Amino acid sequence: MKKAGIIMIIGSLLLLGLFKFPLWNIMLGAPQYPEPLGMNIHITGIKGVSEFDIQNIDGLNHYIGMRTIPKAEDMWEFEVFPLVIGGMVALGAFIGLLGFFGKVNHWWFIGWFGLMSVLGIMGMYDFNLWLTDYGTNLDPNAIMKMTNPDGTPMSYKPPLLGYQKMLNFDVDSWPHIGAYLMFVGMLLTMIAFFVGKKEWKKKKRSFQSH
Amino acid sequence: MKRSINSLLLLALVAGIVASCNNSESNKKGDQGALASGAAEKVYVAPGEHDEFYAFFSGGYSGNLTVYGLPSGRMFKEIPVFSQFPTNGYGYSEETTPMLNTSHGFVPWDDLHHPDISQTNGKLDGRWIFVNGNNTPRIARVDLETFETEEIIEIPNSAGNHSSSFITENTEYVVAGTRFSVPVPQEDISIKEYKGKFKGALSFLSVDQETGRMNIKFQLMMPGFNYDLSHPGRGKSHGWFFFTTYNTEEANSLLEVNASQNDKDFIAAINWKKVEEYVNNGGGTKMPANYAHNVYDHGTHNATTTMKKEVLTIDPTKVPGAVFFLPTPKSPHGVDVSPDGEYIIGNGKLSADLTIHSFDKMIDAIDNEKFNGEAYGIPILSFEDILAGTVKQAGLGPLHTEFDGKGNAYTTFFISSELVKWNVETREVIDRQPNYYSVGHVMIPGGNSAHPFGKYAVSMNKITKDRYLPTGPELEHSAQLFDITGDKMELLLDFPTHGEPHYAAGIPAEILAPKSKKIYKLEDNKHEYAALTSGDTRVERDGKEVHIYMSMIRSHFTPDNIEGIRVGDKVYFHITNHEQDFDVPHGFAMIGANNAELLIMPGQTKTLVWEPKQIGVWPFYCTDFCSALHQEMQGYIRVSPENSNIELSWSLGE
Repeated sequence: MKKAGIIMIIGSLLLLGLFKFPLWNIMLGAPQYPEPLGMNIHITGIKGVSEFDIQNIDGLNHYIGMRTIPKAEDMWEFEVFPLVIGGMVALGAFIGLLGFFGKVNHWWFIGWFGLMSVLGIMGMYDFNLWLTDYGTNLDPNAIMKMTNPDGTPMSYKPPLLGYQKMLNFDVDSWPHIGAYLMFVGMLLTMIAFFVGKKEWKKKKRSFQSH
Repeated sequence: MKRSINSLLLLALVAGIVASCNNSESNKKGDQGALASGAAEKVYVAPGEHDEFYAFFSGGYSGNLTVYGLPSGRMFKEIPVFSQFPTNGYGYSEETTPMLNTSHGFVPWDDLHHPDISQTNGKLDGRWIFVNGNNTPRIARVDLETFETEEIIEIPNSAGNHSSSFITENTEYVVAGTRFSVPVPQEDISIKEYKGKFKGALSFLSVDQETGRMNIKFQLMMPGFNYDLSHPGRGKSHGWFFFTTYNTEEANSLLEVNASQNDKDFIAAINWKKVEEYVNNGGGTKMPANYAHNVYDHGTHNATTTMKKEVLTIDPTKVPGAVFFLPTPKSPHGVDVSPDGEYIIGNGKLSADLTIHSFDKMIDAIDNEKFNGEAYGIPILSFEDILAGTVKQAGLGPLHTEFDGKGNAYTTFFISSELVKWNVETREVIDRQPNYYSVGHVMIPGGNSAHPFGKYAVSMNKITKDRYLPTGPELEHSAQLFDITGDKMELLLDFPTHGEPHYAAGIPAEILAPKSKKIYKLEDNKHEYAALTSGDTRVERDGKEVHIYMSMIRSHFTPDNIEGIRVGDKVYFHITNHEQDFDVPHGFAMIGANNAELLIMPGQTKTLVWEPKQIGVWPFYCTDFCSALHQEMQGYIRVSPENSNIELSWSLGE
């Protein structure tokens, strides 16, 4: 289980990238914004891609009555996410270490992967709720009230993933470096599972033959 | 005297004939060339694309500097320097009015002639552009990150600051030579005492390499000639500065005749390194003076005026080996130095020939003390000893020369109205193109530095006549853009320029564009009266003065309702623009204000004074279309009678 343990440790450590790199990125471009406005969503808070982007996005959003982009202290997520990620890194590395010394089998690796996936999906679900809330829960005294062709109030929820045209803006919402590191890390823990399965079988066989 | 008038008339007549011949011939050729080679394509800058060069045109009597793109000829900006500018409140706002202070008081106009871009090792470096004010002698420095005037220094003991504001090859000095000689110090004497009593001051202003701040290091007190133009040496002649003179006759009346008698006037060659050494060793005489030094600070967004009380003057005869006269025919106007520093071209504006002096020969003559007399104790060199050669009969009335860096020179001829290309070494004329009409200066980007970018030449014409649609008796001047990459110059474009485009300086866009400032950071705003957050906004009364600390952001003022102002108050609007987005200024205009509007850049604070004279409720509003709700960006001020006791109050959103 030496190899599998090392892969498991590396895989979980890759999640540490989330403390440095953004998890997600949303860009807003329009003809009058040749340099698009953008926000990077970190697990610790939201930052503008350029220095004054958040202020300028808020300036635009006030036309449609959207609340200002939350500061880190305004959302419980930015306190909990770092704890969850930190915890999962520690747990993953610990399991990897135990695996390395043959104390636990490969099922622990896939167990970690499963838990991480559930937490990830919960995070995405929460993110989507948050986007929906921001994009639809608008100030009733908003300056501009846009409606869809069917008369329902227009939603300004950015896409969870991908591109969308929103009024005059091209909105792109994609994972960023932190997320990619996390995906690779999770992939490695999967690989650790399969490698570990092989190694565990070998160990078992050699144990039986003795 | 009669004879000389007659000969001038004859000259003018000849000029007319020569000019018309030239024009009719080349006109046809020029038009065909333009069609054949697609001149339009060469100046076409497609929507969204950028020009290759910035060109800074002096506005002459507009007192401004205008920024154009080349090759398109599109004007991008007008930079107020020596003039009040209602467009953005320069010269009207409390922060900028000190820029126009002088020893004569507030002088909100000047005649801006010669821009010159800062250099390092003879190469344009794009840090600053220096310009001169002719009338009330001043030198200004414009910052090329903000494109704003940062500093203006007045020049004492000077008048008609024309041979200016040229700089040395590492921007060590910017010069301010006086065109008019005047009594030094000024005194109440008869004008007839001109000869001997009047002096021509040549001022050398040192430039701080970090901040660009200028300081008059010394003034050379030269004989009472008229010092017309100047250029620095470069390369081997670095350390020297050359000034053309006219009126070596020292006449004081009807100069067009009386100052045109001498067959040769002088180019004054100044070894400024020698003078600098003399000064650094304690040489020179400190003399009482009174001149303004105005500096604008981008941190406080404020200009301050310091009155300086002393200037160091130098008697040129006290510094042996520092000053010489080079005889040059006849009333020379331009003096231009070739990129390698060897040739000093003096253009006698009443001559048909170009005179080219050799720097090496000049040094040789000086070393061998081959002098041919002296004037006021200053040695005169012999014309023949220093002459490299002449360009014979190149045209009529040569004025100014620029270089393409490929061994060619381009000289303008005012009387025959043409641009002539000639080879600096062989002194053969290669090409000539007519100008429409009466050309003054020519500009090649970097063409007066050691490293010209020889792609375009722009001639700046004094007369427009029929080049564009007529606009009544007053026409803008015309500029003409030539492609100079081939053997023959090719006229590509005519475009009108504002004021008197006296001279220009050009620089590749890639040097300036990347460092152009986009906003002022609010957190760096050190303005005494800034309201950096909407919480800082307030109104305070101090006797009859009321200070309104106001902020602006799309699309409202904070506060937008103010009461408790009285007739007879002096109301200061200190307004801070809270935007931090490129190209989102807000304007501010107050009904009945006796000055101008303000145009406030993102992160900037500006102050406007308003003295309400009538009771009522008066609106103010934003003048720059800033957002979809620009029209709603407004507010009201209630003005009560002088003896009213209505409390000061202010609000937003109630």
